[in-house]
Amino acid sequence: MWNDLKKAPLTAWFGIVTIAFYIVLIIFADVLAPFDETSIVGRKFEPWGAEFLLGTDNLGRDMLSRLIYGARNTVSIALVTTMITFALGVFMGLMAATLGGWLDQLISRLVDVLMSIPMLIFALLLLTIFGTNVVSLVLVIAILDSTRVFRLARAVAMDVIVMDFFEAAQLRGEGLLWQIRREILPNVMPPLIAEFGLRFCFVFLVISALSFLGLGIQPPTADWGSMVRDNATLITFGEVTPLLPAAAIAWLTIAVNFVVDWKLHQASGLKS
Amino acid sequence: MSDILLDIKGLKVEGKSADTWQQIINGVDLTLNRGEVIGLIGESGAGKSTLGLAAMGYAHDGCRISGGSVNFDGIDLLNLSSAQSRGLRGKRIAYVAQSAAASFNPAHRIIDQYTEGPVVHKVKGRTEAKKEAEVLFEKLQLPNPHTIGFRYPHQVSGGQLQRAMTVMAMSCKPDLIIFDEPTTALDVTTQIEVLSAIRNIVDEFNTAAIYITHDLAVVAQMADRIKILLKGDQVEEAPTAEMLDAPQEEYTKSLWAVRSLKSPIKPAPAKGDVPLIQVQGVTAAYGKVPVLHDVSFDIHKGRTVAVVGESGSGKSTAARVIAGLLPPSEGQVLIGGEAFPTHFKQRSKAQLQQVQMIYQMADTALNPKQKISEIIGRPAEYYLDLKGKAARERVRDLLFQIELEPDQFIDRYPSELSGGQKQRIGIARALAAEPSFIICDEVTSALDQLVAEGILRLLQKLQGDLDLTYMFITHDLATVRAIADDVIVMKDGALVEMGSREDIFAPPHPDYTELLLSSVPQMDPNWLTTVLNGRAQER
Repeated sequence: MWNDLKKAPLTAWFGIVTIAFYIVLIIFADVLAPFDETSIVGRKFEPWGAEFLLGTDNLGRDMLSRLIYGARNTVSIALVTTMITFALGVFMGLMAATLGGWLDQLISRLVDVLMSIPMLIFALLLLTIFGTNVVSLVLVIAILDSTRVFRLARAVAMDVIVMDFFEAAQLRGEGLLWQIRREILPNVMPPLIAEFGLRFCFVFLVISALSFLGLGIQPPTADWGSMVRDNATLITFGEVTPLLPAAAIAWLTIAVNFVVDWKLHQASGLKS
Repeated sequence: MSDILLDIKGLKVEGKSADTWQQIINGVDLTLNRGEVIGLIGESGAGKSTLGLAAMGYAHDGCRISGGSVNFDGIDLLNLSSAQSRGLRGKRIAYVAQSAAASFNPAHRIIDQYTEGPVVHKVKGRTEAKKEAEVLFEKLQLPNPHTIGFRYPHQVSGGQLQRAMTVMAMSCKPDLIIFDEPTTALDVTTQIEVLSAIRNIVDEFNTAAIYITHDLAVVAQMADRIKILLKGDQVEEAPTAEMLDAPQEEYTKSLWAVRSLKSPIKPAPAKGDVPLIQVQGVTAAYGKVPVLHDVSFDIHKGRTVAVVGESGSGKSTAARVIAGLLPPSEGQVLIGGEAFPTHFKQRSKAQLQQVQMIYQMADTALNPKQKISEIIGRPAEYYLDLKGKAARERVRDLLFQIELEPDQFIDRYPSELSGGQKQRIGIARALAAEPSFIICDEVTSALDQLVAEGILRLLQKLQGDLDLTYMFITHDLATVRAIADDVIVMKDGALVEMGSREDIFAPPHPDYTELLLSSVPQMDPNWLTTVLNGRAQER
């Protein structure tokens, strides 16, 4: 593991360091943040200064503190959502590919139906029905997004199940779970890892977009998406402050993709 | 005829692997006169294809020509601009690849791909080229020469496509054609047609050719001289007849010797014995396409039954019916006198254990993400309940049986093995289940002759040690001679003939068996001429 790290390219190191930095922020948010997440500590839209390093937001809450707490909320929710997305999508995809027949048809057509509705609008609709709490937010996005993962997992698994070694395993009488876990999964990891990086970013952006629209993470909880919206008026005054949460999103997105690219090269033996 | 067309001197080619350049060809010379055909022979990795490409001044991606000279008719091919070499390639030097099916563009008609060369090189106009194509199609005995060009590549058979590609190479009347294993992927009965077509056309236009193959008998028909390569070095070179009669080097002799492998004759099975496998009146289809028609045969315990036929003859399908991969629509299969469920999913563990398969392509038959210990250990664990240390011990035993050093191989991944070693692992996986019956589906056809011989010997030894029964599916009659006790000949999903090896190979034959046997290339350089003359007289 350490040897791998030593050989990692500069971009991967950048990604690792960034992610580590975010993790530290998430774990030690309570210690690091100079002020409370939700309390109003000053006047609104105060400029950068000694007391409020990055100024205050539209209600007079400390921007830096909210950025730090926002990392905790946005990133962890996005991560949990992506993991559920993958667990669901990969399992269903591999099962559909392995069993085939009517089950495959049923799941695939269901997925087609879900995918035919624009995701953001569908998510808005579902969130209006089920209410805007964190659990329904995570589940709605996970289920909607897992359709994409399902299609990828099914497609790559199709390439594996035509292989003779898979036929050999079937002929041996192996159970479904063993076939999926030992024969297919290890062979489809590279594209899935790549997809994980992408999906994580998309989920991240969807949550931010939903928050921006008011149906995501609810105030007063700090969240990067809604922070952009709350402070959007400042842009007209030529201030960069409202772009800071956006920059935080972009930075993490890029970092995650660097690490994923590196892992992908390792897993697939690609030469750069 | 002494003017030299192609002169390669001290050619060195390097290939990049794991970030270092490794020599693929270490200084080979090759001289070719106008109108002469030279055969290049070697195992895979000998560098024969690389040498063939270098004769056009070309190297594959990830390879580079690092030394020596390639002189074509007074032109130094290694110091040409890419525009200059484009002007030569296709026009004066042409290339015929191994797989025509993969080399044609599936989206264009054959005639359009034919005319591309002459038109681009401004040798002829499109209409003229089309007319000429028809003449050449006729010369190569393609059916419907006036219309076949208007078909798409998938609408003609593999042998026809290979001939169409040869026609395409001739389109600009080049001085030199490089044939890279043009018949390797074809059935013997198709191969003979392509061979005679190539030979006729090379003779007629007095074209020089480099003929690359691993099949000695084929090259004996085609080449004036033979050059033998081993791991990027030249072993020896001599005129064909001389090379066949009196090879000088040990390596060459060992190549020749492979063809003489023959298993001892076993006594016929006792009457009244219940055969291990009884296939009774089996008819089977893929969807609506019928593949097998009322096929019946028996396989007795401890014997090797070879099933031969062209591709599409249903020989693999018969095996799939026995294995339960394709339930028959009529008839039944008895294994050990007992009717197994027709679909493998309904078979019990003990029933599945009885029948094991070894596959043709060891590359796809072994899970690339599993270690050897798991690939072989899993059947032992699954069927025989061997866990942990016992399972590992069993894997070591099996590795020992297939003549691979256990300590060295047990923790490797398949990608760290050679083709022959992978095939041995495939055998070990089948053995690990301790089956009574093993289906070998073309297990040696993807391997070099020397390696294939090793696999055949191993299978024979294992049969003696473990009293195994094999069903050996192959299209290669030399393999049949080497290993089979009984032979089944199939064509178009039906049985043509069955019997012991002596019976099948001794005349008189049914027509199809006769055709099949006479199409197998022999080492005699006059074989092709003799066979073709014989067939012409019959017509």
